[in-house]
Amino acid sequence: MNTHLIIEALAAVQRAILDSESQIESLDRAIGDGDHFINVRRGCEVTVALSPDLKDMPPGLALHKIGMKLLGTIGGASGPLISSFFMAMGKTLEGVDEPDRRLFAEAFTSGVEAIKLRGKADVGEKTMLDVLIPVSRLLLKLADEEVSLSVMCAQITEEAHRNMLATRDMIASKGRASFLGERALGHIDPGCKTCEVVIAAVCDTVLQHNQAQETT
Amino acid sequence: MKKFINDIDSVMRESLSGMIDAHPGLLRVEFEPTFVARAARATKKVALISGGGSGHEPLHAGFVGRGMLDAACPGQVFTSPTPDQMLAAAAAAESGRGVLFIVKNYAGDTMNFQIASEMLDLENATVLVNDDVAIENSKHTTGRRGVAGTLMVEKMAGAAAEAGASLLECKAVGDRVNAATASMGVAFTSCTVPAAGRATFDIDADEMEVGVGIHGEPGRRREKVKPAGQIVDDLLGAILGDLKPARGREVLLHVNGFGGTPLMELYLLHHCASQRLREQGLKPVRSLVGNYTTSLEMAGASLTVTLLDDEMITLWDAPVQTAALRW
Repeated sequence: MNTHLIIEALAAVQRAILDSESQIESLDRAIGDGDHFINVRRGCEVTVALSPDLKDMPPGLALHKIGMKLLGTIGGASGPLISSFFMAMGKTLEGVDEPDRRLFAEAFTSGVEAIKLRGKADVGEKTMLDVLIPVSRLLLKLADEEVSLSVMCAQITEEAHRNMLATRDMIASKGRASFLGERALGHIDPGCKTCEVVIAAVCDTVLQHNQAQETT
Repeated sequence: MKKFINDIDSVMRESLSGMIDAHPGLLRVEFEPTFVARAARATKKVALISGGGSGHEPLHAGFVGRGMLDAACPGQVFTSPTPDQMLAAAAAAESGRGVLFIVKNYAGDTMNFQIASEMLDLENATVLVNDDVAIENSKHTTGRRGVAGTLMVEKMAGAAAEAGASLLECKAVGDRVNAATASMGVAFTSCTVPAAGRATFDIDADEMEVGVGIHGEPGRRREKVKPAGQIVDDLLGAILGDLKPARGREVLLHVNGFGGTPLMELYLLHHCASQRLREQGLKPVRSLVGNYTTSLEMAGASLTVTLLDDEMITLWDAPVQTAALRW
């Protein structure tokens, strides 16, 4: 993974988010307050716009810059949570030009830990952590195994999808949906849907990047 | 969606610009990052800074001025502001006696203010407002929301700051007012966030959301619309059940409109509510009726009761000169 790949992934994430607008919006209208998609879209716009400034930076610094930019742009609950993810990830990758699979998994996990800490939440509370924590665990496990990149990406995408769907049966104890009590039952958490879309887009980018490298 | 808009992305900027123009000599606004401050920086007092999503006007920028806030940070519609706004507002407002953040208990607001507080190189403290009794306070939830009672906290802590109280004294006043304040609201219609372009929730013509928040988010339950007196009974039941006031206690009654309910109905609610309070042996000695903590054009209202003591009455009565509150 390098900064070039990060920039490709940011663009792919933006496309995927825009394609998922109606799904994310309807989930947020059901149990949120209707601003989640707008905030995520704004986050995508500023990170993609930041790409030219990132391209000559090492990955750790690029991720830190993305985090700082998001902190000053998104607002709401997503701003501090998503920016702390990027900043913690950037810190783990500090001084490394080409992180390997293992280091990437560790960086991702430290990002997820930062979200837990900032949001004081954990699995089972119907927040984005219900996708991010299982995915980080699987990522760490697969990083040590002899599996191909395509198998790894397929499993990660599937894990994100499965855990996103599972939030339908949860009562929220954190975030805006927590004010609804049992009325949140039957609705997928919009933040988890967004995470699933983002993870799938990043996995696609990684695979495409890898294929392109193999064919050249 | 029918709204007075030129361009969705410039709604906030144009609205804030209009507010500043309408109150010459009182306010100034900065963009990038966005904050509203007093036209002239107050000297030698604790700087009170609040903020939150836009769409709740006049909260918070309407309460910037002598006797209340020193600066307010408006976020995007229904989205909390970002830490850089709070840091810029603090730099513009502080006068050497520290900064007090007044924060509504919503996850986004608390996290962004917390980061600002961690980054701020000045002595600072925070009052967390959580007056909404529709939300049960339990460690299993985010906790009670901060809603219309925020005004009471801003007014009384603001009066204390103006009178020269220290940072910790201002915080103590804010915490005390918050503890003595409870609110609950009910909505008849949803509102439309300009950027979303459609109603946040669907509701039948004969239904109401009970225990609604101030972002058009659904409430705790949905019921058929009842006569105003019964709605007041329900809301005050929850409010007084939480505050448990002793008989004879003096109280402040705030009837707050969400933006789409006429004053005629708000005064009607005030009539019913003050009558019920007297029946419970309480003395409503101060009142505030109007659209103060709104939710765009949502039809509905909230009731807020603050248990008063002599000091709080003095702080409430102290002069205030802001765009939305003045006496």
